[in-house]
Amino acid sequence: MRIIFKTSYDADIRYFRNRVPALWYLALLLMSIALPFIINEFWLGEFTLMLIWAIAGMGLMLLVGHSGQASLGHAAFMAVGAYSNVILQEYGLPFILSLPLAGFFAGLAGVLVAMPTTKLHGIYMAIATIAIGVLAEDLIVILAPWTGGVSGKFAPSIEIFGINFDRYGNVSGLYWLILGITCLIVLGYKNILRSPLGRSFMAIRDSEISAQAMGVNIARTRTISFALSCAITGISGALMGHFSLVFTNETFNIVISIYLLLMIVIGGLGFIQGAFIGAAIVTFLPSVISFSRDAFFSNSAIIPGIESGLFGAILIFVILFEPMGLYGRWLKIRSYFELFPFYRRDMFRRQKSYLKTERMR
Amino acid sequence: MNLLDLQNVTLRFGGLVAVDNVSFSVKQGEVFSLVGPNGAGKSTIFNMISRFYDPAEGDILFQGQSILKKASHDIPHLGIARTFQNIELFEQASVLQNLLVGRQRHRRSNVLEEILFLPKVRKQEHHHRLAVEHVIDFLDLQPYRDKFISGLPYGIRKVVEMGRALAIGPKLLLLDEPASGLSTEETQDVAFWIEDIKKVMGITVLMVEHDMHLVNSVSDRVLALADGKILTIGTPSEVQNHPDVIKAYIGSDEEDALT
Ligand SMILES: Nc1ncnc2c1ncn2[C@@H]1O[C@H](COP(=O)(O)OP(=O)(O)OP(=O)(O)O)[C@@H](O)[C@H]1O
Ligand SMILES: [Mg+2]
Repeated sequence: MRIIFKTSYDADIRYFRNRVPALWYLALLLMSIALPFIINEFWLGEFTLMLIWAIAGMGLMLLVGHSGQASLGHAAFMAVGAYSNVILQEYGLPFILSLPLAGFFAGLAGVLVAMPTTKLHGIYMAIATIAIGVLAEDLIVILAPWTGGVSGKFAPSIEIFGINFDRYGNVSGLYWLILGITCLIVLGYKNILRSPLGRSFMAIRDSEISAQAMGVNIARTRTISFALSCAITGISGALMGHFSLVFTNETFNIVISIYLLLMIVIGGLGFIQGAFIGAAIVTFLPSVISFSRDAFFSNSAIIPGIESGLFGAILIFVILFEPMGLYGRWLKIRSYFELFPFYRRDMFRRQKSYLKTERMR
Repeated sequence: MNLLDLQNVTLRFGGLVAVDNVSFSVKQGEVFSLVGPNGAGKSTIFNMISRFYDPAEGDILFQGQSILKKASHDIPHLGIARTFQNIELFEQASVLQNLLVGRQRHRRSNVLEEILFLPKVRKQEHHHRLAVEHVIDFLDLQPYRDKFISGLPYGIRKVVEMGRALAIGPKLLLLDEPASGLSTEETQDVAFWIEDIKKVMGITVLMVEHDMHLVNSVSDRVLALADGKILTIGTPSEVQNHPDVIKAYIGSDEEDALT
């Protein structure tokens, strides 16, 4: 075993434990920046989409993975972000203001939802949030004068200080812009995790009773986690609006909410990396399927629903064999190599753990 | 001076009177123990002080002020820390993070400052870590600092619970069966720690414990409870030889607890 001696308190406040992961992530960042010079515009678009999903995934991860609450209606907050972003721009606000404001409004919507539902747990919380997701779709239709109803909204192309980030005109620019936003959100997320707020999230996730005995105000903490989660998700919704150019009441539907949840479970609950791995799967699975279909089946028969079917199959495998998600699997592979001759089979033996709803209060 | 006063406190669960007209005071600087057979109502008294349960009658005062209007999460901010009989740690987090949650009381930054991790937040984190390192040194938890709770053995978890309560920096520490399930050597450690908590740290201790050896060696005063009623309050030897106490234990299947 490697014993890490503490020479300063910053040792575990820093973003990275030591130089090795820091260098790897730096390499990853440089690769990401260089991506537009390596791949063509189609794939660059796919990577942009992946980043947008990853932002939405981080929003939900904060709620589900780090503060232990469920939401099956998170697409509703993407919708709040998408609509408020475009509506604010129609009032003449520049993107640079409308995007953070869209996040703010989505966060506000999160607070409104959180206040009455923070007393609910587990399955009840899930049902309440499904209801919100369904309600949001209807609200968009009802509020047609602002939202455009069933005919939807058209997102103008982004302009910042005269530079145009058009979806088709400046693919690399849009990618870099969204990469930058993603990095900022990752930094904010990491900061939350290493400060008292992140620890209070973790506390209410693992034991509400002792969180209270440590002085954590449960209702307040749950509301804050909802607000931050919805704000991040709202930002991803706003970006999704610009990416897909047109969106309607059906764009951010309940299936998107479920995909978001599956995404973070498959990626690995409780890890920021999990949101990215899940996003990569959601984004690239359809392409992988269509490519392998072309390669293996000459008659190019289209099997309806194969994507969600495969997605479901992956999910079942992950839950059965790797409850910590794909990122958890990677951690095990990594420590296998780090400790090579001393690896024990039962090192990651599963401890019986309970969902909060299963536990007696 | 009395740190904690219970005045004619009664609590019922349906028809069961779990705590029946109980009054006692804990003085500043003492170790006060609650003993009694299973189901006597000891943990229920702790849960009332933590404001998880509302007493039906009576009042609970801390430093002369009633705490019955406070919410559970305000209690540690007053300076009351506790441990749980059935360990309630944050399982999916490291020992260090668990102890740092105890520092919630000393949080002086808001959400926005923390998202930006301003220098002020970093400085505050250093202070928290300094305080927590003292606790880690005191309880010899160095080897476990970065270990996740879910992988730790029972005995260590008990110590971490105590550490988390100490990290609050309390005036009054409530320990619910700190030695249950521990070996003789581990119990000996707990006895030394309680002595130091009282003498060196100047923290008043209210303890529930079945191990009479531990109770006798650390307590200044002992309260014996059975079926929610006070049998007697006195020095450890007075309580142990009190006829009602002996009768209460013979009535239960725990008579050997007193030997
Ligand atoms: N939440 C509850 N609902 C109903 N009854 C309860 C509840 N909590 C405790 N009781 C009952 O109140 C009585 C006192 O319980 P308490 O947990 O305070 O006992 P205790 O003295 O701590 O015992 P032990 O030594 O076993 O921990 C018991 O009869 C118990 O069954
Ligand atoms: Mg008890």
